[in-house]
Amino acid sequence: MTVLERLHLDKPFMAGLLILAVLSIVVLYSASAGEARVALGQGLRLMVGFGIMLAIAQIPPTQLARWSPYIYAVGLVLLIIVMIIGATGKGAQRWLNLGVLNFQPSEIMKIGVPMVVAYYFSRRSLPPRLPAIATAVTLMLVPTVLIARQPDLGTAILVMTSGVMVLFLAGINWRWMALMLGTFAASVPVAWAYLHDYQKQRILTLFSPEADPLGTGYHIIQSMIAVGSGGLYGKGWFNSTQTHLEYLPESSTDFVFAVFAEEFGLIGIFVMFAAYLFVVLRGLTIAFNAQDSYARLLAGSLTLTFFLYFFVNIGMVTGILPVVGVPLPIVSYGGSSLVTLMAGFGILMSIQTHRKIVQT
Amino acid sequence: MTRNARRNRGILRYWMVLGVLMTAFASLAMRAVYLQTLSSNYLQRQGDARYLRTVTDNAHRGMILDRNGEPFAVSTPVESVWAHPATFAEVRREWRPLLTLLGLNATEVARQLRKHTGREFMYLKRHIPPDIAERVTALNIPGVYLQREYRRYYPTGAVSGHVIGFTDIDDQGQEGLELTYNDRLRATQGTRRVLKDLHGNIVETVEIVSLPVPGRDLVISIDKRIQYLTYRELKSAMQRYGAHAATAVVLDAQSGEVLALVNQPAFNPNNRTNLRSTLFRNRAVTDVFEPGSTMKPFTIAVALESGLFGYDSKIDTTPGRFQVGSKIIHDARNYGLLSLGQVIEKSSNVGAARIAMALDKERMWSMFRNVGFGETTGSQLPAESAGLLNLPSRWVPMDQAHVAFGYGISVTALQLARAYTALANDGVVMPLTLLRRDHAVHGLRVMSAVTARHIRDMLELAVSEAGTGTEAQVQHYRVAGKTGTVHKLVAGDYAEDRYIASFAGMAPASRPRLVMVVTMDEPSEGAHFGGQVAAPVFSGVMSGALRLLNVPPDTPTERFQWAAPADGRSPT
Repeated sequence: MTVLERLHLDKPFMAGLLILAVLSIVVLYSASAGEARVALGQGLRLMVGFGIMLAIAQIPPTQLARWSPYIYAVGLVLLIIVMIIGATGKGAQRWLNLGVLNFQPSEIMKIGVPMVVAYYFSRRSLPPRLPAIATAVTLMLVPTVLIARQPDLGTAILVMTSGVMVLFLAGINWRWMALMLGTFAASVPVAWAYLHDYQKQRILTLFSPEADPLGTGYHIIQSMIAVGSGGLYGKGWFNSTQTHLEYLPESSTDFVFAVFAEEFGLIGIFVMFAAYLFVVLRGLTIAFNAQDSYARLLAGSLTLTFFLYFFVNIGMVTGILPVVGVPLPIVSYGGSSLVTLMAGFGILMSIQTHRKIVQT
Repeated sequence: MTRNARRNRGILRYWMVLGVLMTAFASLAMRAVYLQTLSSNYLQRQGDARYLRTVTDNAHRGMILDRNGEPFAVSTPVESVWAHPATFAEVRREWRPLLTLLGLNATEVARQLRKHTGREFMYLKRHIPPDIAERVTALNIPGVYLQREYRRYYPTGAVSGHVIGFTDIDDQGQEGLELTYNDRLRATQGTRRVLKDLHGNIVETVEIVSLPVPGRDLVISIDKRIQYLTYRELKSAMQRYGAHAATAVVLDAQSGEVLALVNQPAFNPNNRTNLRSTLFRNRAVTDVFEPGSTMKPFTIAVALESGLFGYDSKIDTTPGRFQVGSKIIHDARNYGLLSLGQVIEKSSNVGAARIAMALDKERMWSMFRNVGFGETTGSQLPAESAGLLNLPSRWVPMDQAHVAFGYGISVTALQLARAYTALANDGVVMPLTLLRRDHAVHGLRVMSAVTARHIRDMLELAVSEAGTGTEAQVQHYRVAGKTGTVHKLVAGDYAEDRYIASFAGMAPASRPRLVMVVTMDEPSEGAHFGGQVAAPVFSGVMSGALRLLNVPPDTPTERFQWAAPADGRSPT
């Protein structure tokens, strides 16, 4: 047994994550205009993240399965607490101030929801029947609605989607799938009425960012300009004008990809995409190889959710999706979402490395 | 469903998932390709447009120097404080020390900020001294910057206010020579293309489009010492006689250069707040007046040139009255039989009118025109008036008689001085200039040298003990000159008790170097005759100026010896 196997780490997966971690530090060093504080901070967070991943990887999936309902329940309670007493940051009530650090309970739900749904389905025969589906949908909807009311529409949708992924992987009937999509489509106009103005604006901006270039369209226009300025080879490390002249907002967090694209160009983008694709494919392989339905469903959902973050973030920065506050997983500067992410990877590692080797 | 079928269905799902994934990746990749290759030119230009800016650099305006290189106007570097409105608006909490330093009002600044929303530049305070500028820099408030500008200082202040003029806050000439020669004096801004960040900080200079070019210096004809002297004498005389306004100009008779030009009341161009703009009027060139008796020498000149009169011709002015048309012309008393010289000496209106009626009015007109009445002097000063000289075809006999002693014609003080250069310069009138002349120029001969000398002799009589301009005498120098006192035209009629007193003269009379004209508008205290209020100014300035210019005295003996009819040229 190699060291990595002894530590319950999957070698290819680990390699992919390390590549992304390096890319993160490299681009953040430039995005923060050479401020070592930011790059070091990110390095520290990544190390903490890898530590958490390592810790979780030691827990066998069976144990995780047993904990699933409790994790979900704790997350739900915290969401309710945050609704009542949470701190307000940037106009939304998302944070629980724990004295030392601010903590978003919605982050727990990114893992809690797929865990509980996978746990629920794994105890029933697959494909699930209607009552089971209804129960699962309820389990997803309650935290989703709570998060959406904070308001944090982006996270709410992602939490819901991570549950739907499990549902889909569980082998739900096509008709039900179609029905759910139909319901979703039908609810869009209704939901529109309930959206906050700034949320509506973000979506409208997607279709015509030039309508208000100094207001809501500003993020999109600036980031598209930054990406486009990169060209084929990029302007080189530390040479992104839009970032260093501070025209690009949120250049270290949600829009870090724009900095990367301006500095490293199309070639750099392809390298980064390849790294993400590799991580996602390895995650799917882990799911495919999983030995029980809980592990398989959870691994599949976590991988697809990871991919979804990536897709939504890149889509947002390149101007094909509305601006929702979704960071680029691993690469963006940020604390609590990175921890969640690494915890999810820990679960994937655990699933991969706790398999009983049986010849079939 | 068999276990196998279910397994297959699971596999199908995974393949589907994979398909969706690949499609999603492909679409992002295509988007990246689109942005970074197909539309990257457009987006790069858009990017450049966001941070490439053209900024200007100021250079200093040219100096204005007097004929000896003494400064009249100099530019000193100052700083102007400006703000990047959006950035500055964000740091409202840091405003207080800055506003205190600059003496600005927070509400007013906030109002200005609202007006400049969406702009990138807004002046907070212009032209602050270097020490304040340093403290502004030390405050280090985001979005606040300094811009180098130049402020104009006038070391001679009010003394040269009218002739030099002044510039506005943007360093452009507004009045006087600053305006006339603005194109030559002004600096050309340089432009640079620079990279600016979102807060307006210049990050890097990309390209220097043009370097700033300082303005060229201007050396003018004014002599600072004579200007001071003239200012001092005129000011004290104006105060002494309670005049409404006063003007004095000193010319170099031989070159046509203006050596001094002073108006009272004056203003200090260094501090123009709360000044009425009427104070800026350069009366020496903008205000016209009827020259009165100072005109008589030119009438006599026409008489001598016509051949109808000689130096010794006698005019009968009995009984001190002369009727022309419906008007009766008066003398102060009945002078009886006068020579041409005595007409000047006694300033006889009847004599001048009688001579004029014997002359051809066309010839009178062309003499007056030739010495420069009715046209601008060429001084190039802003708003110069040409005065008024009607065409002879429109003269009725009364006009002809009146113009002979300076009524019915209006002139500026500078025009009158210029006309006197013809007498000073042996019949050649010199083109005027306010720039230093380094090369001799040709003048226009308007009368013979003999005529000019004869008239100078007569003008010496006028300042003799027997004449009207005694107070114009200068120790050790012979002076020639003529007084004038006219009733002021008020609303088309002559006011009984309001006068314009003047004196026009030259020294030294043997070979005049300087010509000077002094006018007093409405002297109200004690005296109102040109010989009383204007002639002393002439004397005061001349005695100083002739010494300053090292002009050799031309009366080596006692002071008034020449006044006696000893040289045989005086009329009897």
